[in-house]
Amino acid sequence: MSRAERISDNLNRALHQVMEDDPSVHVLGEDIVDPYGGAFKITKGLSTRYGSRVRSTPLSEGGIVGVGAGLALAGDKAIVEIMFGDFAGLAFDQLLNFASKSTMMYGRRVEIPLVVRCPTGGGRGYGPTHSQSLQKHFIGIPGLSVFEMSPFHDARELLPHLLSLGEPCLLFEDKVLYTRRTYRGGEVDDLFVFDLVGPPPYTARVRLDDGSPPDCTLIAPGGVAHRALSAMRALLLEDEITCQLLVPARLYPFDPGPLLPLLGGTRHVCVAEESTAGGTWGGEVAHHLHRHLWDSLPRPVSVVCSAPDVVPTALHLERDVLVQDTAIRQAVLEALA
Amino acid sequence: MIDTARAHRPPVAKIGDEDLERLLLIRHFELTLLKLFEQGALNGTTHTCLGQEHIPVALSALLREEDFVFSNHRGHGHFLARYADPHGLLAEIMGREGALCGGVGGSQHIYHERFLSTGVQGESLPVAVGVALRLKRTTPGALACAYIGDGTFGEGAVYEALNMAQLWRAPLLVVVENNGIAQSTPTSAQMSGTIAARAEAFGVRHHRIATVDLAHIRDEMGPLVAAVRQTSAPLVAEFVTRRIGPHSKGDDARPEQERLQAELNGWHRAYGEAFPERFARIDARQRELVARVAAEVAARPAVTRGRA
Ligand SMILES: Cc1ncc(C[n+]2csc(CCOP(=O)(O)OP(=O)(O)O)c2C)c(N)n1
Repeated sequence: MSRAERISDNLNRALHQVMEDDPSVHVLGEDIVDPYGGAFKITKGLSTRYGSRVRSTPLSEGGIVGVGAGLALAGDKAIVEIMFGDFAGLAFDQLLNFASKSTMMYGRRVEIPLVVRCPTGGGRGYGPTHSQSLQKHFIGIPGLSVFEMSPFHDARELLPHLLSLGEPCLLFEDKVLYTRRTYRGGEVDDLFVFDLVGPPPYTARVRLDDGSPPDCTLIAPGGVAHRALSAMRALLLEDEITCQLLVPARLYPFDPGPLLPLLGGTRHVCVAEESTAGGTWGGEVAHHLHRHLWDSLPRPVSVVCSAPDVVPTALHLERDVLVQDTAIRQAVLEALA
Repeated sequence: MIDTARAHRPPVAKIGDEDLERLLLIRHFELTLLKLFEQGALNGTTHTCLGQEHIPVALSALLREEDFVFSNHRGHGHFLARYADPHGLLAEIMGREGALCGGVGGSQHIYHERFLSTGVQGESLPVAVGVALRLKRTTPGALACAYIGDGTFGEGAVYEALNMAQLWRAPLLVVVENNGIAQSTPTSAQMSGTIAARAEAFGVRHHRIATVDLAHIRDEMGPLVAAVRQTSAPLVAEFVTRRIGPHSKGDDARPEQERLQAELNGWHRAYGEAFPERFARIDARQRELVARVAAEVAARPAVTRGRA
């Protein structure tokens, strides 16, 4: 197999492809035009090829999400990059009170094909206002769908899917993924394989090659996938506990349906996420699973989050705060003890 | 090829040793940071104020201890012009013992005495209005000074703040470091109209300064700052300046010619050529000082976090 592409390249190619395939797609964001090509270079080459359909904007997060919503309302499709997902706070009103509501509040369905991309998460020493995982703040808003990029999903399928929904979507992209490579062809490493289950945009299922039913199920969004994989490896090799890992691309609304058949016989389900605890996506997933599997789950679903804290700048302090593979492993060991 | 003859060397008046020391302390501090990054001794990110050091150094002489300074992502110069504590600042950036904010805030989130910086552009301006209103009540004559870049004029919070500041007569000094660029985007590609006209729209006094001469800046700004104190009227002071380094590190997409031109027009060359011997002597001293600070801080243990 040829060397897999970097996730940043995968996202970049996906953007090129949607702009090529659909002339109604416009891309907006701070510093996104060439030669700079965006703070994380995800938009590189777009302005050179697609000219005025790609705009570097003023520092106006609320404004540019509103402009994107306007383009989308009037018949175009818009993709807006928020340089650091933390600044989506400045666009919250446009998403909450305009874009998501407008699909429903005029007594008929109004299409707003708008995708807001949010580079997200810590692990890079950028400090408290540039490292947060804000997914949870966008969970539970009717008319607003929340997705997360993962190493198992192909942005070339994911992005057109989001644009086809006709409603505002947030796409979280963990910044630590940018330099990592995609998994393709069902192979993860020497121990694990994966497949994609359910309807698009799919949930990735990672498991042992031998097809035996796992003791435990981990559920994590794309940004935490590598830490979950590392926990799975340690649990297998050091604790003799087998796990499967489920990585859904769609976080909200969360449909547990396609996952339920995969959870029969599992002794524990653990959801891991990087946000701070309290009103989280993981809590939402746990709630769904408790409702559907109340009679068969041997114990409550556990949710592993980062510490209730700001994300410090110094790397060693940041590590203490952010959810790590060791915390996931520990949660599983405690549940199965 | 750079056309040295075309580069305009700005005239400068006399400068005291202390000012030169401060300018060159900041210059060497910033250069050292970029070097430490290159060597992999630092992580995360940083934004240096190379080329813009003269603004906070000139203004620090006009500020009083009871004034409150708000800074932004490009804040090392703002800090060092006010507090001669390169150890504390570097320890903060390196996550070592003695860090100003326990290594939590890092380069762009610092709260020390009456100095506060934060990393979300524009956010600090309404906060500065609140602080100014309290100062007006409790410490008449004191002001809140907020540094922002030209790019930050894209944020709505800036206008909400200017409106409230004028409406409620807040002693607010907004220092705009207009360096013609925001990250990679030239001001002309992100600002319609002018900063002057924007201030005027709110009835806020505006003053524009293009010189790098500290004495000249102080002469012009002195009475204006005094007026902010005495009349509790906000002021927007716009400094035309040039960034001569990258936005953060290794991300300068400008043509080298443009960057070099900015360097040749800057305070460093002006003072260096006007006072060569004194400049060289102080420059060497500050280079050594910062090297010593860097070595000392790097040798310290990692900062630990006392959690309440
Ligand atoms: C709300 C917000 N949006 C975007 C950024 C990312 N960012 C940091 S500095 C910067 C450019 C700021 O330009 P300007 O205000 O002109 O200051 P300069 O960097 O030129 O000193 C950007 C886009 C941010 N920190 N906060």
